[in-house]
Amino acid sequence: MAGIQFQSIRKIFGKTLAANDVSLEIKDGEFMVLLGPSGCGKTTLLRCLAGLERVDGGRVLIGARDVTELAPRDRKIAMVFQSYAVFPHLTVFDNIAFGLQMQSRPRDEIKRRVEDGARLLELSDYLARYPAQLSGGQRQRVAVARAIVMQAAVLLMDEPLSNLDALLRLQMRAELKRLHQEIKATTIYVTHDQVEALSLGDRIAVMQNGRIVQCDAPMNIYDYPANKFVGGFIGTPPMNFLPGVVRVNEGKPIAAVGESHIAPSVALASALIEKNGQPILLGIRPENLALASAQHANTIRARVLVVEPLGSHKLLTVQVGAEISKVSVAPDQRVAPNDDVWLHFDPEKIRWMDAATGDAIHPG
Amino acid sequence: MRVRTESILPYSLLAPTLIFITLLIVVPIFQAFLLAFQTADGEFTLTQFEKMIADTSFADALKFTFLLLIFIVPAQVVLALVMALLIHTRFKGHTFFLYIYALPLAISDLAAGIVWLAIFTERGFLNSGLFQLGLLERPFLFLSYQNLPALFSTLIIAESWRATAIVMVILLAGLQVIPRDYFEAADVFGANTLKRTLFVVLPLLRPSLQNALIIRTIFAFQTFAVVLALAGRVIPVLTGEAYNWYALNRNANIAAAYSTLVLIFTVIATVVYFRLLRTSTAEAGFD
Ligand SMILES: Nc1ncnc2c1ncn2[C@@H]1O[C@H](COP(=O)(O)OP(=O)(O)O)[C@@H](O)[C@H]1O
Ligand SMILES: [Mg+2]
Repeated sequence: MAGIQFQSIRKIFGKTLAANDVSLEIKDGEFMVLLGPSGCGKTTLLRCLAGLERVDGGRVLIGARDVTELAPRDRKIAMVFQSYAVFPHLTVFDNIAFGLQMQSRPRDEIKRRVEDGARLLELSDYLARYPAQLSGGQRQRVAVARAIVMQAAVLLMDEPLSNLDALLRLQMRAELKRLHQEIKATTIYVTHDQVEALSLGDRIAVMQNGRIVQCDAPMNIYDYPANKFVGGFIGTPPMNFLPGVVRVNEGKPIAAVGESHIAPSVALASALIEKNGQPILLGIRPENLALASAQHANTIRARVLVVEPLGSHKLLTVQVGAEISKVSVAPDQRVAPNDDVWLHFDPEKIRWMDAATGDAIHPG
Repeated sequence: MRVRTESILPYSLLAPTLIFITLLIVVPIFQAFLLAFQTADGEFTLTQFEKMIADTSFADALKFTFLLLIFIVPAQVVLALVMALLIHTRFKGHTFFLYIYALPLAISDLAAGIVWLAIFTERGFLNSGLFQLGLLERPFLFLSYQNLPALFSTLIIAESWRATAIVMVILLAGLQVIPRDYFEAADVFGANTLKRTLFVVLPLLRPSLQNALIIRTIFAFQTFAVVLALAGRVIPVLTGEAYNWYALNRNANIAAAYSTLVLIFTVIATVVYFRLLRTSTAEAGFD
């Protein structure tokens, strides 16, 4: 078992900075998810750890070992490729056994470990088959089995579920989580799917343009996004952002949004006083907005445009001033398009952000 | 209406090729068969083949054709494989080597034979070079009938130089369509370069190897111009004999018998390669 350290990793492809001084520390046995939109550098970072890409700067440590200059085969890692890369000319058994055979393990040990791995991934009945005789989901399991039988300290997965259909993906997601609880290998999991990230990660590192913009536990990322990008990337639908201006009245800051006033939590007040007169963004998730029948404190006038009943809740599209926001309400909430309503903001749940930089404002 | 056009379309697209192949290949093959198996009166006969076998050069031609094949095909495939694997590593300057390697593709086989004649002949580049370096006192006769092993070696060198490129191009093309992930998976799961080549690259390259072997073997049966240029008739080969019977002895029938024999060998070789290098139906996912 081993932790992992990325120390100021830099990787350049031509003019693209695919990894821009990335530092990240992953604890032994941790399930770390690299999350970000396509092209943000997740795969590159993973490949630098695997040794499939030479870094242009920085060090990679596995456990206490500096592996920066080592070939992939000397790094004691196992990997599940996005394309699976299950060898078409080998049977399922030989595919799962591949890494062990390369280590020249004794025959009976290989057999035992392959059969254990196959059992764990429900492949026992398919050991004699060739990959072409398997479904996509089964091939994906072979790729996972081949990786876990290595009992490597570090397990890398690059979008392992992205080629499966929605139902299978849901099923495999839970299975990967169970597998990790069982084998406890330090795992780095790359995905662009924020639901996968929230569901699987002990921590999530959100990436943008070759940098890690936030790394934290899933619920912290969800509730306290470090900036507008993270809030907008995570959550379906994503966080709403309403523009306002900070006003200080009798020593108390508020956000003026149109005619209405929204008050910050007590903790933020002192940090906001310094921003008197500056534009800000109020980030709030759809489920933290509620409909009110009359104007109260922390309410804003809005007009309902669309009502979507989604079973467990109703999703409303509302217009607030010139902005469009999403609101999630109880399924039995009585509301119809063109209703004029009052939106209530839960002050504790608002993420106040600097409008110029998009960064969250922290308690002074 | 739709159904009809759809059933005609593939045939009409294939038609030009079919017509071309029929006129230029099938018809001549058929005519060669007729020439080989018919008397002047048009009756079936095997006398042409009997005369061919009784011909003094026949045994030698057969022997040397197969000897050339046995030396050239494995040498070329191994050489081409090494070259293709090297190019495929994309080392710095690999495109330069690719051009150098592929250059002989552009040269006709007779021209290649003449180039090597200029090198190996008594006052050729090789002898004068060695002489000027002081390594030789007088020219070494590479192409003498008195030194068959030397002469045969020049054939192998010249043929290898000329026709390894086509094998390399086929293998390189085959390597390039193998997804890189397979190689990377082999690396990650602990294979060194040798194991990766043996257990991953070569098996995945099997279809291309099959094509290369078939093409190369067919060409080896047809080796002609290089042999003619370097060895004249000292080292007879089957195609050379066909040419001699036709051009010198003006006997199209025995020439056709030789050609038919080459065709039969070619077909046998192709069938053998297909069987040996076949992908099992299970591996291909057909059952
Ligand atoms: N081999 C490569 N050559 C050139 N550019 C590359 C290469 N690999 C990745 N890139 C670029 O680096 C950036 C990050 O890519 P990648 O790590 O694959 O992103 P992600 O996995 O997050 O989608 C992208 O802009 C991509 O185009
Ligand atoms: Mg990727």
